[in-house]
Amino acid sequence: MTRVLVIGAGPAGLAAAVAARDRGAEVVLVDASDAEGGQFWRHLPAQRAGRRESRLHHGWSRFTALRERLRADPGCEILLETGVWAIEPGERPVVHVLRGPADGGSRSRRALTADAVVIATGAYDRTLPFPGWQLPGVYSGGAAQALAKGERVAVGRRVVVAGAGPFLLPVAASLSGVGAEVAGVFEASGSRALAAGWLPRPWELTRVPGKAAELAGYAVGQLRRRIPYRVGWGVIEALGAARVEAITVARLDDDWWPRPGTERTLEVDAVCVSHGFTPRLELALAAGCALGADRFVAVDAAQATSVPGVYAAGELTGIGGADAALSEGAIAGHCAAGGHPDDRAVRRAVSARRTASRFAARLERAHAVHSGWTSWLSDDTIVCRCEEVTAGMLREVRAATPDAGLRSLRLTTRAGLGPCQGRMCGRAVEEVLGTSEASMDRRPIALPVRVGELADRETDET
Amino acid sequence: MHSDVLVVGAGIVGAACARALAGAGLAVTLLEKGGTASGTSASGEGNVLVSDKGPGPELDLAIHAARLWRETAPLLEDELGPAFPSIEYEPKGGIVVATSDDGALALVTFAAQQARHGVQTQPLTADQALALEPDLDPSLTAAVHYPQDAQVQPVVATEALLASARRAGAVVRAGEAVTGAVSDRTGRLVGVRTTRGEHHAGAVVLAAGPWSGEVGALLGVSVPIRPRRGVLLVTTPMPRRIRHKVYDGDYVGATQSSDAALQTSTVVESTASGTVLIGSSREQTGFDGRLRVEVMVELARKALTLFPFLARVPVMRSYGGFRPYAADHLPLIGPDERLPGLWHASGHEGAGIGLALATAELLAAGIAGAPTMIDGAAFLPSRPGLAAHLAGAAV
Amino acid sequence: MTPRMLPGDIDPAEPAIPPTVAVQVDGCRVEGLQGQTLAGMLLAAGRDSWRRTRRGHDRGVFCGIGVCFDCLVTVNGVPDVRACQRRAHDGDIVELQGGDE
Repeated sequence: MTRVLVIGAGPAGLAAAVAARDRGAEVVLVDASDAEGGQFWRHLPAQRAGRRESRLHHGWSRFTALRERLRADPGCEILLETGVWAIEPGERPVVHVLRGPADGGSRSRRALTADAVVIATGAYDRTLPFPGWQLPGVYSGGAAQALAKGERVAVGRRVVVAGAGPFLLPVAASLSGVGAEVAGVFEASGSRALAAGWLPRPWELTRVPGKAAELAGYAVGQLRRRIPYRVGWGVIEALGAARVEAITVARLDDDWWPRPGTERTLEVDAVCVSHGFTPRLELALAAGCALGADRFVAVDAAQATSVPGVYAAGELTGIGGADAALSEGAIAGHCAAGGHPDDRAVRRAVSARRTASRFAARLERAHAVHSGWTSWLSDDTIVCRCEEVTAGMLREVRAATPDAGLRSLRLTTRAGLGPCQGRMCGRAVEEVLGTSEASMDRRPIALPVRVGELADRETDET
Repeated sequence: MHSDVLVVGAGIVGAACARALAGAGLAVTLLEKGGTASGTSASGEGNVLVSDKGPGPELDLAIHAARLWRETAPLLEDELGPAFPSIEYEPKGGIVVATSDDGALALVTFAAQQARHGVQTQPLTADQALALEPDLDPSLTAAVHYPQDAQVQPVVATEALLASARRAGAVVRAGEAVTGAVSDRTGRLVGVRTTRGEHHAGAVVLAAGPWSGEVGALLGVSVPIRPRRGVLLVTTPMPRRIRHKVYDGDYVGATQSSDAALQTSTVVESTASGTVLIGSSREQTGFDGRLRVEVMVELARKALTLFPFLARVPVMRSYGGFRPYAADHLPLIGPDERLPGLWHASGHEGAGIGLALATAELLAAGIAGAPTMIDGAAFLPSRPGLAAHLAGAAV
Repeated sequence: MTPRMLPGDIDPAEPAIPPTVAVQVDGCRVEGLQGQTLAGMLLAAGRDSWRRTRRGHDRGVFCGIGVCFDCLVTVNGVPDVRACQRRAHDGDIVELQGGDE
């Protein structure tokens, strides 16, 4: 029997597991978290399960159906609290996992192999640095969202949401759903970029029922709650001594340069900032998968990567939202189990994927990051949060070592060498340094592993 | 373009050579296929060691080299000023620890030999060792303190040497790879062709580390340098608990062996940024750089025999690189008699950071025909130990 | 004291109200609900920073999904645990990290 290993139990991974089971494969589904759902369906823990949790989510019944189906299926082994820390490439990649509570000191090591691997590790939101972004009270949009959905915590009383992309709307909705006053949503993309991205083919929007309804729902919700929504504005500074007390917003031009004289100060106790998403590439790169020019994992019609037997689906292959992830996951799981993208079983998924990818391309056009953001940085603005490397230090070292590549620049400045290993700052560091020849995406150790856990014997492979 | 000397490779050895040659008043052009300090120099601990070498010419070179670093580190800081990142030169000393009775005897014997050849060694009782390194596993059987061992941040050190070389007039051309030789009618090497043109010079110095074999082949000679992979683990930052470079006694055995199988010998130390480095493995896998969990497990197990507290410390990164080694495990420094005009400066294996300045001194003196403080005959490419590997000269 | 938790009795999601748990945070007792992460518990208690960087600056949650490693704490003697990923267990001894230089 074909054995398929699915990494990540978000929308793409769940759909992949179900599709692989439908085609008769034995499935192992692993996720680092202790619950299925990924970031999109991040929810309350079992001890606090909500009777009406569907009110907080889009497609909640779809989620619970996928989850219950897999939980009841003896052909699918679900390994939660199972983090993949390394992949050894080879004819059959070996997937090394740690099992146990997050970052625990005595997780057990296990090595998994399969006939095919589906990588569905998703993405996290990208926050461009700005002065003061290291202060307590500054959060990524994803943090506000996860804390609202998974903890029912509002990160502040009076909050501003800023950045770029449609994700700002659900963040604002979640914040106001847990009782925060949302003092404004500031979308950096100007009305011209939004018009160019959204308007030329309005009919495409209508073919994406899930996503369109989701976004329309947020728009209505905002009107109802009278949250100010401004386009062409950005947060360019967070102010405060020990924590955020206020922020400066400014009108941005088409390249995201602040327009002088438009700065305004708003008193807030939290600000949630997100400028699009960064795919979680480390496992795909460790497996040897090639990236496209857009720096997402390159896949073919079968969601197959450049490495035989390794498939990728969801945000890892391009930001398309949950609907795209579900259809890509279904195709990936089906093909990983020996199927073909032309098969009847995935006809609907293939068509949904086509629609979703057009939609994603339009989002990208509308909300893409523009280079003027680096003008927000003063010399003492922290770019690498872990090692507290400032923009000034990066620029100074760049000038002092003019022939250095990114590897040397990183090791000289220490940017990206702290505990997050450049996950937060990698792309920003590359842009501030103006390097293009290499990237900071490679992380052979995808999850910190304790020396004692490494030294312990592996537990038996399944 | 014409220079007095072309240096191929902008790792630490090439950088040190360029600085020494430019400092001697020669017009130097340094060619690098990638970015500066992007290969072997960016893949190691930054060792400046005398402790790992037995009596012989390499030990003499290492003792001299350790002194050169001690003298040069403050000169570089003065020359480049406070805006240039620190090379983190730390003369922190090393402690070699034996964990078995056999190991204890071997270590003490080895240290006594070294002491007769100019190495400062200080045998420690277990209590003394624990006073210097309180977190050591107290079941150690012997320990020796080597105060001459030191540490630099290898990438910053390379960049600092390059910056100094530029100030002396050297020209660095990154992103330019050698593609072939330019020879005169007598067969003498008078320059190289590159991906971006042609360079002429009175001498060409091959300092391409583990890639010296490849570049040598492009120039028409076989160079008996091969890559040996080494992997390190890096922990998350923490308050400093390890004060010296601390080695398991079997470190010595591994550097001098050419067994292809996986070998590890523990080197554990803290860095200025608070991380702990755990090294290092030695594998002959060609240029295959893929992660191998087996190697990491072995490193972790050995590190715990020295410092049990590391069990709870997370490893956040591993990095590896290729170290250049010659068949007889000595560096290759000097003229290539098969191809007049070609000079070598490579083959330092894991010791290139430490030996870079001394190598540059020997090489620059050789090119200038000047006398040197130490005898470099043992490192000449024409030495007897390499004769068998150089037969059949051209490729 | 700006972060806070929506009380369960007015939450439209109608969450179950689980038993409480208590942990020690640098010697102080902090109470919370079963199933909360350590970060969720600290935030619900009104605290938004708990780690100090090498340069002496305060940090708490930034990404909230285990990517940024800003929220690290020591739990039961084990350092560098992401507070946003670890569920609180009754009796956990949490020590705050940093400020050591």
